Amino acid sequence: MLSWIIFIPLIGGTVILFLPKENKNLIRGVALATSLLDLALCVPLYTGFNAAQAGFQFVENRPWISALGSSYHLGIDGISFWLILLTAFLGPLCILGSWEAIQKRVKEFHFSFLFLQTGMLGVFCSLDLVLFYVFWEVMLVPMYLLIGVWGGPRRIYAAVKFFIYTMVGSMLMLVAILWLYFNTGDAGSRTFDLLQILQMGKPALQAQMWLFAAFALAFAIKVPMFPFHTWLPDAHVEAPTAGSVILAGVLLKMGTYGFLRFAMPLFPDAALKFAPLICILAIIGIIYGALVSMVQPDMKKLVAYSSVSHLGFVMLGMFALNQQGVSGSIYQMLNHGVSTGALFFLVGVVYDRRHTRMIADYGGLFRVMPKYTTVFIIIALSSIGLPGLNGFVGEFLILLGTFKSNWIYAAFAATGVIFAAVYMLWMIQRVFYGKLDKEENKTLTDLTLREKVVLYPLVVMAVVMGIFPQIFLGKMDVAVQTFLQTMVVSR
Amino acid sequence: MEHTTLISTESAILFLIPAFPLLGMLLNGLLGKRQKEATAGILASGMMFLSFLVSVTVFFQLLGMPAGNRSLTQTLYTWMAVGDFSINVSFLIDPLSAVMILVVTGVGFLIHVYSIGYMKGDRDVVRYFTYLNLFAFFMLILVMADNYLLSFVGWEGVGLCSYLLIGFWYEDMEKAIAGKKAFVVNRIGDFGFMLAMFLMFATFGSLDFKTVFAQAAGSPVGTTAITAITLLLFLGATGKSAQLPLYVWLPDAMAGPTPVSALIHAATMVTAGVYMVARSNILYSLAPVSLGVVAGIGAATALFAATIGLAQYDIKKVLAYSTVSQLGYMFLACGVGAFGAGIFHLMTHAFFKALLFLGSGSVIHAMHHYYHQTGSHQDPQDMRNMGGLKKYLPTTYWTFAIATLAIAGIPGFSGFFSKDEILWKSFESGKLIIWAIGALAAGLTAFYMFRAVYLTFHGEFRSGNGHDHPHESPKVMTVPLIILAVLSVIGGWVGIPHVLGGGNQIEAWFEPVFAPARQLAAAAELGGEPGSGVELSVMLISIVVALTGIGIAYLFYRSKPEIPARVVAKAGALHTLVYNKYYVDEIYEAGVVSPIQKTSDFFLWRFFDVKIVDGLVNGVANWTAAIATKVRKVQTGYVSNYALIMAAGVVIIVAWLVW
Repeated sequence: MLSWIIFIPLIGGTVILFLPKENKNLIRGVALATSLLDLALCVPLYTGFNAAQAGFQFVENRPWISALGSSYHLGIDGISFWLILLTAFLGPLCILGSWEAIQKRVKEFHFSFLFLQTGMLGVFCSLDLVLFYVFWEVMLVPMYLLIGVWGGPRRIYAAVKFFIYTMVGSMLMLVAILWLYFNTGDAGSRTFDLLQILQMGKPALQAQMWLFAAFALAFAIKVPMFPFHTWLPDAHVEAPTAGSVILAGVLLKMGTYGFLRFAMPLFPDAALKFAPLICILAIIGIIYGALVSMVQPDMKKLVAYSSVSHLGFVMLGMFALNQQGVSGSIYQMLNHGVSTGALFFLVGVVYDRRHTRMIADYGGLFRVMPKYTTVFIIIALSSIGLPGLNGFVGEFLILLGTFKSNWIYAAFAATGVIFAAVYMLWMIQRVFYGKLDKEENKTLTDLTLREKVVLYPLVVMAVVMGIFPQIFLGKMDVAVQTFLQTMVVSR
Repeated sequence: MEHTTLISTESAILFLIPAFPLLGMLLNGLLGKRQKEATAGILASGMMFLSFLVSVTVFFQLLGMPAGNRSLTQTLYTWMAVGDFSINVSFLIDPLSAVMILVVTGVGFLIHVYSIGYMKGDRDVVRYFTYLNLFAFFMLILVMADNYLLSFVGWEGVGLCSYLLIGFWYEDMEKAIAGKKAFVVNRIGDFGFMLAMFLMFATFGSLDFKTVFAQAAGSPVGTTAITAITLLLFLGATGKSAQLPLYVWLPDAMAGPTPVSALIHAATMVTAGVYMVARSNILYSLAPVSLGVVAGIGAATALFAATIGLAQYDIKKVLAYSTVSQLGYMFLACGVGAFGAGIFHLMTHAFFKALLFLGSGSVIHAMHHYYHQTGSHQDPQDMRNMGGLKKYLPTTYWTFAIATLAIAGIPGFSGFFSKDEILWKSFESGKLIIWAIGALAAGLTAFYMFRAVYLTFHGEFRSGNGHDHPHESPKVMTVPLIILAVLSVIGGWVGIPHVLGGGNQIEAWFEPVFAPARQLAAAAELGGEPGSGVELSVMLISIVVALTGIGIAYLFYRSKPEIPARVVAKAGALHTLVYNKYYVDEIYEAGVVSPIQKTSDFFLWRFFDVKIVDGLVNGVANWTAAIATKVRKVQTGYVSNYALIMAAGVVIIVAWLVW
């Protein structure tokens, strides 16, 4: 089951490689069908998932590189479950969203994109460190290509920067994985299997510190946490819309997911020791991201910096190490996928029409694009955590949990809520309000049917997740408890 | 203290009260441009009327129950349940929220109807009614919630609607800015509200009113936690209810359509802070420090805003500062422990202030059409352009005058009873300074309101051209004015004090809600009961003060109109200071807004992010690249290099492992 979900995009991508490159719509159609099929497969995943069951479900465990004690071990719990659904949900929307924007090398684009899907889904399912690492690294290439080939004018710079940053982190993580392999168990029982390593007991504190640092750096860059965030604005600004959406929507979560799944359970004592540092960096990220976001003249950069702020919340909640904080943190990952994903789509909508992302080039769009404006405002509000929409649930639970563990952290982090209102509403004011005084904007058309099909599901998600969060929270409860037990035992 | 077990009754119809406006919002919102202008207003108003009917039903159901058990609840579903934290979407109607829903749906309905006339011809009428219904929905959630978090949903939701409606005419950038300002300033308050909830959960393990209040009742007076919770909640209230130092958004909020000012920025939303403080009366009674702060801020705001009101010429600005001032009164009442009096004033104020705003809307509407007709471009809100409107807008004039008498505190009118109740309670509590400030502000109120009436309706019409004149508004607007005028008179009769031979029914009505707080206050013992003679004397003083204010206004603007100019000349700098609202906006801009923005832009972003962090990264990258180039001398482009390195690395590692 999981294997199908992971590899269907790759299979579809391979099929695309054999299609005639002139027939762009056929390529797009096949890509869309593939991603929809993948999403359809999530239905049995959803119905078959048992929220009450602890441990991993839909497990597949086959020998892989037996010589190394590495196996093809897949499985999901209440944490990865939702991230897989999120990835599969955003897939078709991205393909549909790029329908007209991508005109060159259509075939390669869709192959890269589907390949990327496989990599991301693999990361969320892997329970073997080598397998995880392979998926983690494999993803880099298509993402690099998406930015570097279909990106904006400074795409090469942005792509290289993305690559360097991520590689630095990955290399250290690889070293840590290898160290772990050689230092847990005897020569005969060495393994890369996450669950077995967890059972073998944790390394000594000193070693844990180094290992955690190596893993954490890799993940922190991906998140990205302050001060490792500067690749993000560039990558986002240059990436094509679908790239930005998937980058913000899913890729960043691999960092936060990495903390939850690997870095923290494997090295719990070190995680506790590092917690204050990470929390403080997270808070700086929340405030700093929001303040810098506020002064951006470029819409995409603004959204990119707001991601730094939002992901700061995710990190903070995770390290609150209580049920509310961690659940809120996971919830915020999903929210961010929906809201920020939608925001990038929205910026793409006007970019496709006007080929500029500068806030100053717009103004008064409410008049000509009322539907677009309404969707934009709803999504912006969800992003800044208006109660009733999804963002609030995550932020509230995170802050509630954080307050329980350290009220000063919560008080500082909560100021981010104020600044968020400033940057979002200020952008809305400058883009949509005022007189429609620029000649080029007077002929702008409102959302097309295709754009509606992309955006409306996201709006519906934002509302449903805000009003009925229990649908989602209920399914992650047990996994969060398991995670906390692993962490608490070491306390 | 004695503990009475309150028996709540389940009710299956409570959800209908917010559901109707929500339905109206969805229908109008989804139909959008396909909806006809005329039907949009009727649909929205109809939904409000249905909601009002259910509210009345619920009210009578409550009335038929024994006083101690007046509590109706309905639980819809569990909103969030994570670990030991759980919150339901559930409603509570008790005497306090019952009054609130009646005000919100009743006054709300009238304002919806009035809007049909006021907004006629606007191309975005459908959007207007969509927002207005959405507002009513959130406001009802705010007052009906049985826990702080759900109430907070309404709290922020009404803020959103306020934002949307202030900037309703989006092409005017000034209005957009005013809307954003309202939202952001409110968020500062909401920050306090959120922290209050976190601390509350950490202290009591719940956010449900019932649990929190029951737990709190057992704790000693003056604990740090409860003091902090109440102060943080009050920070939220200063934002939403426009008190010092966060009042600055409300005067700007007048940029919205006038019915919006009446509904949101006078009658309902801005009173949410008062409601929240009154709702939390047990907590406040346990925190004397917080009560002192509430009373102090309330009194200071009441006076401060009243002084600004003295020197404004924009009719809506006068009313805006008046609202800030009156809200100060309500907090003053809560601060001296007279929560019932605060809510009583909230209710009467909803009648007469909504009426004043709608009246001013009728005036502006008439002036606007008059200028449109005569091709003039003068400001239809500046009272200096008005005068003598009495004969052209008789209904508007009479209803406006009634509301003015009510706000000025003339005996018999609703405002007299509620304001007097507040002043008496503050006197009785022994906080004489608070009382004196309140009485002084009452005098100023009487003055600036009569000034407005004289400038607007009396004397000569100052924009006349000899043959044209403004016309009275249509029935759809004047009928709501008349109904509100009736309420502005009789609305206070439910609270006629015993000393005047009345029954003060409203005090008894609120008794079950505020009894615990009153008992606590009684336990603290605030001194002997003053006799009825004292109460009558205090009442007399407020009447004299009010009449003095009116008298001076008459002197200044009717009998000797040359005086104001002389006063202005004499007062010079002081007048400039007051006229410019003490430059508070300018101070905030220079002291807070601008520094944050400049720091973010020039330091955090352009210097720290770009130069330091990025510079470091690029430096390392360039340095590495330089070395790499020297070492390899083969430059095939970045991608393949990195890919090659990675592939090679993996091969080496795997080889090493297999080996």
